Amino acid sequence: MDAEQADWPLFEVFVRARAGLDHKHVGSLHASDARMALDHARDLYTRREEGVSIWVVRSSEITASDPSEADAFFEPARDKVYRHPTFYDIPPEVKTL
Amino acid sequence: MSTSAAGRTSTAGRTSTAGSTSTAGSTSTAGNTSTAGNTSAARLRYVLRIADLSLVLGQRLGEWVGHAPALEEDLGLANIALDLLGQARLLLAYGAELEGRGRSEDDLAFLRAPDEYLNPTLVEQPNGDFAQTIVRQVLIDAFQLALFEGLATSRDERLAGVAGKAVKETRYHLRYSADWLIRLGDGTEESHTRAQAALERLWPHTRELFEEDALDSDMAAAGIAPRLADLRAGWSAEIGRILAEATLQRPAERYHRWAGKRGEHGEHLGYLLAEMQWMQRTYPGARW
Repeated sequence: MDAEQADWPLFEVFVRARAGLDHKHVGSLHASDARMALDHARDLYTRREEGVSIWVVRSSEITASDPSEADAFFEPARDKVYRHPTFYDIPPEVKTL
Repeated sequence: MSTSAAGRTSTAGRTSTAGSTSTAGSTSTAGNTSTAGNTSAARLRYVLRIADLSLVLGQRLGEWVGHAPALEEDLGLANIALDLLGQARLLLAYGAELEGRGRSEDDLAFLRAPDEYLNPTLVEQPNGDFAQTIVRQVLIDAFQLALFEGLATSRDERLAGVAGKAVKETRYHLRYSADWLIRLGDGTEESHTRAQAALERLWPHTRELFEEDALDSDMAAAGIAPRLADLRAGWSAEIGRILAEATLQRPAERYHRWAGKRGEHGEHLGYLLAEMQWMQRTYPGARW
């Protein structure tokens, strides 16, 4: 399995469960290229009818935020409650929003 | 050379089998074509040919579980094996009804003798290395796809139903196996050599797939099965396209003596069945 992992890059798999829903990250797998990754994703992640569409992307192509920068990235949003759309008066005619 | 001796002796048996099934067929070919496929014994024999192909190939692919070159391929091969097992179950259940002797699909799957299995010999060939498994799979997937497409419009509704479902499964099987053959053939020198060697070894077994005997002719005449001769050109073109992309050479046609669909098998099927049938024969009627 080591040789395989050395040869085959890692892919992340996203599956859309039903039409109209978003693709959701479901896991990862090894494959030699994107086409094989799709086949493997089909066999690994949709064998119990979990999906109608699959995306695969090389894990190395994903740029992730740095956990050590999390404070700078996410803290500033914490005290800005006014960014949530909760300060509007809803007209009585609107039953549901 | 006991295999060829067996082949010789059963040449006599072959004509008599063909004779018995086509007695109705030979008269009907001239006039009424619909009676030919309508004897349930003949229909059962034909259904067993398709069922056993799926059953034996599924058993072979199952041998890879836990041994495939990668976890992902382990699951890929097992999925195909399960598709094939599903086809075999539906077909054997139908076969059991046609037989009408109260036997079940399990009885037919697990309690027949080797010469009662009517699969083409291609599918009983050992897995060998991964290249041999893939070559066998490509050759049979392309055949099964053409066969199921033909059977999907069969006058036999049960067969048409099974085939309609199986066509979709088989399209994926061929995508999987053809992709792999192209990777192996057009891959490294080692993988190319192995794929070509597997092709040379298995190619002689493909002739049997398209050799029409009396039973095949009767089924085609009755509108139950497609004509095997009609499937050949499409299969050959598809295989040619895949081999070209895989940079593999199509082997020369050679003499062959295989006739698995008449119950004449090589040495390998016996071992496969011994393993497959062991549980049922040791604990008859065992349930989970």
